[in-house]
Amino acid sequence: MAIKDLPREECYLPGSAACPGCPATMAMRIVFKAIGKKMIMVVPACCTAVIESLHPKTSFDIPTMNIAFEAAAAGASGVEAGLRMQGKTDITVVAWAGDGGTYDIGIQALSGALERNTNFIYICYNNQIYSNTGIQRSGATPYAAWTTTTVSGKTEFRKEMGEIIQAHHIPYAAQTCIAYPEDLYNKVKKAKSIKGPKYIEIMAPCPPGWRFGMERTVEMGTLAVETGAWALYEYENDKMTFNGKSKLILEGKIERKPVEEWIKYQGRFRHLFIPKKDVKKIKDIETHIDQMWERYRTCYL
Amino acid sequence: MTSIMIDTGNYIAAKAAVMAKPDVVAAYPITPQTTLVEGIAKYLATGEFKGEYICVESEHSAMAACIGASASGVRTFTGTSSHGLLLMHEMLHWAALARLPVIMCNINRVVGPGWNIWADENDSISQRDTGWIQFYCSSNQEIFDTVLQSFKLGEHQDVSLPVMISYNAFILSHTSMPVYVPNQKDVDDFIPKRKPKWELDVNNPITFGNIILPHEYEKVRKEMQKAQENAKKLIPQISEEWKKKFGRYHGDLLELYKCNNVDYILLSMGAIGSESKVAIDNLQKNGYKVGLARVRTFRPFPKEEVLKLGKKADLIAIDRNISIGSEGALFSELKASLYQKSDAKVHGFIAGLGGKDVTFGDIEKMCKKVIDGKAKDMEWFGLEGV
Repeated sequence: MAIKDLPREECYLPGSAACPGCPATMAMRIVFKAIGKKMIMVVPACCTAVIESLHPKTSFDIPTMNIAFEAAAAGASGVEAGLRMQGKTDITVVAWAGDGGTYDIGIQALSGALERNTNFIYICYNNQIYSNTGIQRSGATPYAAWTTTTVSGKTEFRKEMGEIIQAHHIPYAAQTCIAYPEDLYNKVKKAKSIKGPKYIEIMAPCPPGWRFGMERTVEMGTLAVETGAWALYEYENDKMTFNGKSKLILEGKIERKPVEEWIKYQGRFRHLFIPKKDVKKIKDIETHIDQMWERYRTCYL
Repeated sequence: MTSIMIDTGNYIAAKAAVMAKPDVVAAYPITPQTTLVEGIAKYLATGEFKGEYICVESEHSAMAACIGASASGVRTFTGTSSHGLLLMHEMLHWAALARLPVIMCNINRVVGPGWNIWADENDSISQRDTGWIQFYCSSNQEIFDTVLQSFKLGEHQDVSLPVMISYNAFILSHTSMPVYVPNQKDVDDFIPKRKPKWELDVNNPITFGNIILPHEYEKVRKEMQKAQENAKKLIPQISEEWKKKFGRYHGDLLELYKCNNVDYILLSMGAIGSESKVAIDNLQKNGYKVGLARVRTFRPFPKEEVLKLGKKADLIAIDRNISIGSEGALFSELKASLYQKSDAKVHGFIAGLGGKDVTFGDIEKMCKKVIDGKAKDMEWFGLEGV
């Protein structure tokens, strides 16, 4: 599927309240195209609750219900059951949450919904911070990144949500990135065709949160993948398949770029370069990425 | 054909809930609510319950799932107790503000620490400002009838609010009593099909619950208040209709018991409410001019009815709860209802916290102390020499 072949219909309407260069809206637009209008979306507290715009207006042409921060997956479970009881089985229920609502406060409800075999797609757009509350650390924030609650840089490494999801042995999970709309489209499309719980996580570089220029969103996504800081993969019936550049990195066909190539554009890592380059911390980040790929290779190659 | 079922409050509540034919039940077990959800599970296994039973991983998710299901347009039911109710707190507000008529039984139980599973009403009293309609039941029959009445009330277009049916832990939840059970067809006739105020519909895409500015939000609150006022009018109508159809009546917002020609009226709720009837019988036999007004609905609160009582008698409140730093919740409500409109005296007792037994003998002692002019404004029964 080439970008020019994506459906023309837009359910993401003009006039939203998103920041310029917002990755969530780029992703949402593609998700809407992949699923179509027979979709109901459940949104917990996250940037999307702002992006929707003010009551009584909306920027979505999709029925959407806002729900409490930790409740996206549980709310979606209820919507799914209610629709099924009415025989409306042709509607796709999507929980659409940020990394705060997924990795942290919402992980219990998510785990419960996956374990119960809920027929829905859970999508996490991961901008690696609590962005809606103004850039605080989350379980997805990478090591050394500045946030307003990690003023000198985060001292812990991020969680591997993908591995937590896989421990539920659901029919389909995937990681993708806003820089690869075809990859995103195909994964959502595939998820739609599968019954049971599906989980898709979208790497979503956030210009104000990561401190880079709004014209660089896509580039930051591409570099996240090319440096190996983020992997594109699919997990289906307990089998992992890596996609795109991530596949080539896994198979050793290309070298991943040094992570410096990615973090040097991001103000959140500025303290690693100014006033003096913090070689050790940058190496720590590299080592952590190497360890992740080593784990991927051991398990999936 | 009406049949008689002899069972505990929880199983009776499960029976009533299943007869209302909810499409989705989402619940999480907690003592002493457990046998209620086990009852639903049993009816699911036998095929009597044809809805979806979501065994969620917490009460927070139970309410979230009920909200999701209700927003999809269907009928929902759940049950909880104590800490479960408290964990739901955020979602209780959500359900009410979303105007989704989720129907829920709450088995009134002590809040820890320390762990204690007996009767105490502080769990639901501390949810009084969430916008939910709150019933307090005093017998298994009342539980059965109120659960079914609640579906009709909560789902009514003029109300569209969630309803909580509370009853005391063990005293009712685990005590068997005979209950008249009407036939399914009569119940079906009594509760109309739900017509949602709004729903998630792919043919009419709306965004529910996005950012709302102050002047719009305030209107939402006012509408909720209006809905509670509407409930105040509907509860007597629904109780009357139930009485006509099924021959049973537990009162409307209040249940008045022997309130003619009295100088004092006792107000109590829940299981203490039924125990109070025995106390009133004994007191009146011994010449004490005291009657009973059992409070069935704490929200909406029957201000007007209480004022009527306060114009002819002094009032005595027994609270199985306390708003720490103030006083019993019912005691406060009574005084607020009378303020500047009646000069009746109001006395409040805190009694039965932590599940401490409150017998009719205890209730008689409380009433006598007031009538004998020896009671303070507010007392802790059993801890202050009563």
